[in-house]
Parts: sequence; C-alpha cells; structure tokens
Amino acid sequence: MSHALLQLTGVTKTFGGIHALSGMACEVPEGKIVGVIGPNGAGKTTLFNTITGAYRADGGSVTLKGVDITQWPSHRIVREGIARTFQNIRLFGSMTVWEHLLVAQPHNEASWRRLLPVAWVNPAAQARADEVMDFFGLTAFRDRPAKSLPYGIQRKVEMARAVTARPKLLLLDEPVAGMNHDEAEEIRTLMLRLRDTGLSILLIEHDMNFVMRLCDYLYVLDFGVPIAEGTPEQVRADPVVLDAYLGKDD
Amino acid sequence: MSTYYASLLAESGILLLGALSVYIILATGQLSLGNGAFMGIGAYLSSWLTVTMHMPLTLALVISALVAGLIGAVVAFPALRLKGIYLAMATVGFAEMVRSFFLNFEAMGGSGGFRGMQHISVGTVWLWAGGILIAVMLLERSRVWLEMQAVHDDETAAGLIGLNTTATKISAFAAGAAVAAIAGGLFAHHNVYIEPANFGFERSVDFVLAVILGGSTVAPGSLVGALLLVFLPEVLRPIADWRLAAFGSLLVLVLLVRRQGILDRSLIRALTFRRLAA
Repeated sequence: MSHALLQLTGVTKTFGGIHALSGMACEVPEGKIVGVIGPNGAGKTTLFNTITGAYRADGGSVTLKGVDITQWPSHRIVREGIARTFQNIRLFGSMTVWEHLLVAQPHNEASWRRLLPVAWVNPAAQARADEVMDFFGLTAFRDRPAKSLPYGIQRKVEMARAVTARPKLLLLDEPVAGMNHDEAEEIRTLMLRLRDTGLSILLIEHDMNFVMRLCDYLYVLDFGVPIAEGTPEQVRADPVVLDAYLGKDD
Repeated sequence: MSTYYASLLAESGILLLGALSVYIILATGQLSLGNGAFMGIGAYLSSWLTVTMHMPLTLALVISALVAGLIGAVVAFPALRLKGIYLAMATVGFAEMVRSFFLNFEAMGGSGGFRGMQHISVGTVWLWAGGILIAVMLLERSRVWLEMQAVHDDETAAGLIGLNTTATKISAFAAGAAVAAIAGGLFAHHNVYIEPANFGFERSVDFVLAVILGGSTVAPGSLVGALLLVFLPEVLRPIADWRLAAFGSLLVLVLLVRRQGILDRSLIRALTFRRLAA
C-alpha cells in the first residue's frame, strides 16, 4: 500500500485476561477507504476505542503521519486529526444540529474570544458549519434539537460533527447500521465524496455488500487477530475468511 | 422603599448570584452543594481587604473572586473522580470544612463574627448581580458554553470529539466559586456583619433550590428562582405559620409539573415571540 496515514503495529488490548486485540497491525493510506470486518466480538470497536484513546493500548503502537499517539488522551488525538462516530449514536441531547457543528470545530484554547457569543466573534466557524451542513444536506434541520430527528438524519449529524473538525482520518463505526437501502446508498455516496476531498476513512460495518462496494482495502478480524487483508475481491476469495466469517453466511 | 423591602431585594440579588454560581457548575453536569463555602470565603476575604487593608470594594471583590476561583479549581481536581451524589457529598464536606475553619479563625472574629465593613446599597448589589447575570447570558451563546453543554450531555462523546473535558469541568467549578465569592462580598458589605453560620449548608441548599425552581437550563431561571425564594414566603405571610409549608408544597408541585424548572428555552422563546408579534 502507499504511504500510511495511520499505522498500527502489534497493538494489544486485554480485559481481565481476555485478548480483545492481539498483535493488531494495519494501516490506512491517505485518501483511501479502509474497512474492518469480522464477527461480533472480533475486537472491531475495541480497535476504534484504542485508536481514539478511549482505551489505552497495553502494547504496540499507533502512529498518525509518523507521530506516535498511542498514549495520548482522546481530545489530543482528535486535534491531531482523527475524528469518529459511534456504533450507538451519541449526540448531545440539549443541542441543535447547528450547535453540534460549532462545538466540534478545533479552536485556540487560550483565546478569550471563546467566552464571547459565537455570532460576534467567529464568522469562520459559522461558515464552516454552514458548509458542512450543506454538504450533508442538513440545512433544513439547522435549529432542530439533533436528538429529535429521524434515525437516518441523526447518523448524518454525527458524521457531519466528525467532519466539521477537518480531520485527516475519519473512523466510522457501523455508519449504515439500522438504515434502509436508500439511506445506506446516500451514506455511501457521501463517503465517496468525502474521500474525493482527500479524507481517509476507516470503517467498521456488518453490511458486506456495502463494504465490498465501498472500500479500497479490507482487514478481517477474528478474536482480536487480523486473519486476512486485501482488496474486496481478494478478501472475498480468501478461504480463511470464508471459513471464519463470510462462509458461515452462505 | 422601606428598609425591610430594600433588604429583601438585596437578599434576592445575592441569592441570584449564589444561584448563578451553582448554575454555571451544573451546566457541566456537576452538582455542588458547597457553594455557601465559596460565598463565605468571598465574604471574609473581601471584608478583610476593605476593613483591614483599606482597599476599595470593587478591587476587594475582584481579588476575592480570583482567590475563590483558584480554591474552586483546586477543590475540583479531586472532585473530578466523583460523579452525581458522591460529588455533591464531597462538596458538602468541603463546605463544612470551610465553615469550621472560620469558626476557629480568631483573627477574623471566630464564632463572634466580623464587622466594620462600609454599608453598600441595594442598588450596588443589583448592579453586580444584574451585570453578572448579563455576562452569564452572553456566555451561554459562546463556544465555551457549548463545550460545557457537551460535557453535561455526554462526557465520553465530548472527549472523543476533541474537547478537554477535565479543563472544562475545572473551569466551570472555578467560575462558579468566583461568582459565589462575589455574592459573599456583597452580602458582607450590605449586612456589615458576618459570622460562619451565614455560610452553612442551608445557604448552599438555597442556591441549588433557586436554580431548580427557577429553571436549571437557562440563566434567567436563577433570577426567577431567587425572586420567588425570597418574596414568595412574604406574599404567603397572611397564612402565618403555614406559609413555609405552603411554600414547600408549591415547590414540590412546580417540580412535579416542570422538572426543568419554571423557565426554560422554549418558554423564553414563546415569550419573546409573543412580544415581537405584539
């Protein structure tokens, strides 16, 4: 693969003696969509939590553009350029769509301007929120409480919140779970458009059809260990994968 | 205005600040039942600065707010490990510690209290209270407030979208402590006498009550709560001994009907639109 934006080497995470991740190695090149598949309990969400600092890795290293971020706190990792969504949507209950897109933008922590009304001091943040809202087709929901919106729209708000921070890498945890075919297609188109803007995406997804049609490269996890990798065609044809995962469905 | 009503008005202004001090901390999802202690620190420190150091009141209030803010930040550090009821209990413990400190601190009068402050008018109290209310209302439209809301709504998600949740929670605690200290300084200089009992548990509970009753999701809720808490028992005076029971029942009723308190975002919006339409 080409030069890696994100690189994991020998990442291990255990919970009370159970290896959720065991010597995990993978990489996400710039401007590519990489998928992680595997059965329930394979360690996919643990992988995301370890990359984003929600869990501390017990061993191995995570680097972003060559910078070791393994032991960094979450907020610092986000500022370095990794944004994410969650398996179960986690929006802020008291905020409108617009407020979600403002609060997730990076800022200069020391600036006293953060204490003044956003409308007075931060036209750039407002313009960015407008731009992202437009990109995701959320403008009509601008002032609606985000949690009051339909499920599919909430998923888009969560993605928009992640993108508004101008990340280098976007981690999506089952972005089309619970969506119908049309909604999933819309998300797929959005992701391809995001990739075209230069954003790299790492996603976890159970919908095989969706993954195969979207991803440039795939990793297959089982019991915290990568058992196969390659292009969707290679993975589809891999007998190990067929045995461990795909084959069971057929 | 009679001296009696002037003192009630001053009391409500001071309670407004106390309520705001709780409101700011509550905005990050933390409940402090110890803000009476920060009020006490502000009262004693500002009184010492004006009486002993002959400092002008404004400067004394600012210094007291800064010192209380610093103490608030220090208290917030261990408190970060605690959530909900446990944090509330820890703040009660802290308040009790501060109260007994002043009880034994003979240099500031100990249990006999401290006096000698220059009296300030109800106008001065409300100048500060109104100014700080407006400042908090402006803060509610800021980036920092959005971050506080995010921490309140979902702390884990807030961290994972790049917010420093620890800094946000500590800053809120410090800001709340600073506002409580100003309330204390104004209380001391309006009443010209202070004693440790003024800043006990009941005071802290009054602050929380004003926020819960008036509205815990918007700053003007503290104003409504403070006015009600001070003036409602007066309005109910004709029923004499039963007035506190009636007040208590009313409080329970409001909380049953409106968990978010009397004032909230949608009520403010409705009132504003009606006024604009008229």
